[in-house]
Amino acid sequence: MAKVIGKIIIDIEHCKGCELCVESCPHDCISIADTINAKGYQYAIMVNDHCTGCVNCALVCPDAVISVYRKVVREPKPAKIKEVEIS
Amino acid sequence: MSDIEMLEMDDVCIKENEMYYKPSTLTDTPMHYCPGCGHGTAHKVLMEVVEEMGIENDIIGVAPVGCSVFAYHYMNVDMQQAAHGRACAVATGIKRCYPERFVFTYQGDGDLAAIGTAETIHAANRGENILVVFINNGIYGMTSGQMAPTTLPGMVSTTSPFGRDVATMGHPLKISELLAQLPGVAYVTRQSVHEANNVKRTKKAFAKALEYQKRGLGFCLVEIVTNCPSNWKMTPLQSNKFVTDKMIPFYPLGDIKVPEGK
Amino acid sequence: MGEIKLMKGNEALSEAMIRAGCDAYFGYPITPQSEVLEYLAIHAHARTGMVVLQAESEVAAINMIYGAAGAGKRVMTTSSSPGMSLMQEGISYIAGAELPCLLANVVRGGPGLGTIQPSQADYFQSVKGGGHGDYKLIVLAPSTVQEMVDFVKLGFELAEKYRNPAMILTDGAIGQMMEKVELFDQMPRKTEYPDWATNGKPKGKERRYITSLHIQPELMEEINVRLQAKYAVMEEEEVLCQTHYVDDAEYLFTGFGLGARICLKAAEMARENGYKVGVVRPITLFPFPKKVYSELADKVKGILDVEMNAGQMVEDVRLSVNGKTPVEFYGRMGGIIASPEEIYDKFISTFIKGEK
Repeated sequence: MAKVIGKIIIDIEHCKGCELCVESCPHDCISIADTINAKGYQYAIMVNDHCTGCVNCALVCPDAVISVYRKVVREPKPAKIKEVEIS
Repeated sequence: MSDIEMLEMDDVCIKENEMYYKPSTLTDTPMHYCPGCGHGTAHKVLMEVVEEMGIENDIIGVAPVGCSVFAYHYMNVDMQQAAHGRACAVATGIKRCYPERFVFTYQGDGDLAAIGTAETIHAANRGENILVVFINNGIYGMTSGQMAPTTLPGMVSTTSPFGRDVATMGHPLKISELLAQLPGVAYVTRQSVHEANNVKRTKKAFAKALEYQKRGLGFCLVEIVTNCPSNWKMTPLQSNKFVTDKMIPFYPLGDIKVPEGK
Repeated sequence: MGEIKLMKGNEALSEAMIRAGCDAYFGYPITPQSEVLEYLAIHAHARTGMVVLQAESEVAAINMIYGAAGAGKRVMTTSSSPGMSLMQEGISYIAGAELPCLLANVVRGGPGLGTIQPSQADYFQSVKGGGHGDYKLIVLAPSTVQEMVDFVKLGFELAEKYRNPAMILTDGAIGQMMEKVELFDQMPRKTEYPDWATNGKPKGKERRYITSLHIQPELMEEINVRLQAKYAVMEEEEVLCQTHYVDDAEYLFTGFGLGARICLKAAEMARENGYKVGVVRPITLFPFPKKVYSELADKVKGILDVEMNAGQMVEDVRLSVNGKTPVEFYGRMGGIIASPEEIYDKFISTFIKGEK
C-alpha cells in the first residue's frame, strides 16, 4: 500500500503567527509555538506526522513562509508480520 | 526532533517532492502587512501566476496609495507607485506605449472605488487591455479604519462609529457589477483568499485574466473580498469568519462577466 | 533651412511635438489650447506611430504621462490654467519620482473658471511649485510662435538631461495667433530607454521601480537634498535670458513671454522720445536669470516689470535686484493685454515724473 508522507518547512523568523495555517490544516498538524521569534511573534510549528502535503497551509499563508513537500512511498505488504506484532 | 524524524525530513524535503514553495517572483523582503492580512496572499498568488506563465520580464505593475503602496518591495517585477486612485490612468499610459507587455494594477477599495472611480470607469470603458486587481476589505486600511465606499451597511468604522447609515452615508458601491455593464470590459470576477479553495480559484482567475490580456480581449477585473483584521479589530481567524458570514453574502463570489464564448 | 509655414501657436507646438519624436500625448480639451489634441489626432499617429489619447480628465492625463514617462517614453501633455491646476498633484509625483516629461500651459485668466482670454497669472503655480513639496519645474516662456516650436525640442532635451518635468509657460494669445515658423526636421522616435525605466524587468537584472514614497525621513531628506542639488545645477547651467538695448540703458523694462514682446515695443517708443530704456526678458523662468538682473541693477535708475497678472515675476526681479534699484510694476489682469502706450505712460509717470 502506498503511504503519503507530507512535510512542511516553516520560515519561523518570517512567520507572524496569524494561525490561518492552523485553521486550514485538515489533519491538525500545525500549532502555534509557546516561544517567539525575533519579531516577537509566536510562530507556527508542525506538531505531528499526519501531514499529507495537501498544501492548504501554504496556500492560505499570507507571508509565503511555508514550503510543502510530499513523497509517496510504496511499501511492500508485510501484513502478517504486523499481525504478529499486534498480537 | 528524533533521529528518525530527521531522516525522514531529509528524505522528503527535496526538490523533486516540492509541492509548494515561495515563488521567485516575490522578493525576499518580509511583507509589512498585519498578521493574517489577505494582501500577502493576493500578492503571492498573483506572482505565482506570473512565474508560471514565465512573464516576469514582460510585465509592469502599478500600485497606488493604500496598504499595498509598497507592493513594489515584494513583487519582483518592474513596478510603479501611483497617486491615490490614479492607477488605471498610470497603467493606461504604460500599456498604450507598450501594448505587447502585460500591465496590472493592484488597488484597494478606497483607491479604486472612491477617489479613483473616474479613472477606473474610463479605463474600463476604453477597454484598456490591463488587469485590475481590486482588494475589497470594506475599509481604509492604511489610514487605519475609516469608512470605505465598500463598507457594509451598519458596519462600524472610525468614521462611521455608530455603523454605516446608508441614509446619510450612501450604500456600498458594487463596482464590479457596475463595470461589468461596460462593453470594454472582458472579464469581471469576484474571489477571495480566506480559505485554501478560494485561493486556488483566485489563482485561476488571475491566470485567465492575464491570458485574456495576452489575447487583447480588454479590461479584466479580479475583485478579492478580503479581511482587515487590525482595523476590523478582530483576530485573523475572526476576520476570515466575518468574510464568510458578512462580506461574501453581500459581495457574492464568482464570475460576473466572462468573455463571449467562454 | 527647415520647412517654413504660417502656423497657429498651438498647432506649431503640436507639429514640433511630432517632429521631436514624441512617443505619446495624453490630454483633455480646454480653451485656449484644444487645437493641440485636435491637430495631433489628425497627424500624429499616421506619421510617427505616436500614441495620442484623449483622457477623461486632466487628472487622468497627467497620470498617464507619469506611467508612460516612468516606462521610459518621451511624453507630453498640454492644458490651460484650470486644467493645469488639476494636474498639479500628478506633477508633484512626477517631480518626486524624477521623471522627464514636457508640459505646456496655455494660460488663460483666472482665478476660478476665469476667462478664456490670455493671461500670465500662472507664473507662481509654474515657477514656485504648484503642487505639494519642494520641487521645481524647468519653465520656458516663449514669446513667439517660433519659440513654441523651438522650446518643444529644448524642453524635451532639458527634461531628459535632468530627469525632471519641464514646462512651456505660454498664454492664450501665443497659442491662438498665427506667425511664420521654421520647423526642424523630423527626429526619430526613441529606441533605447534609460536603465531606470520600468518597461519590463530585464533578464538577469534587478527589477526597477518608480516611486516618490520614502517613509524613512532620513531617506526622504536625502532625496530632497539631491533634488535641490539638481536644481542648483540648473541654476548654474541652464539660464536663458534675452536683453535688448541694455548697454547704455538708464531704465529697464522687463517681462516674460508675450509681455516681454510688448515691453520691447514700449522701450522702442521710449527711445524715440529720448529715454534710454533697455529690455530684459527671462526665457527660463526657472532657473531665473538672477545674475542678469543683479548686474544690470548696478547700472540703471529703475526697472519697470510688466506682466499680465497682479505682479508675480516682479517678486523674483526684486529678490534678484535686492534693493539696488527701484522695481515698479505694471500689470493687466483677467485676460487683458497691456498696450505699449500704457507701459510707456506708466514709465513716464513713475520714473520720469516721479508719481506713484
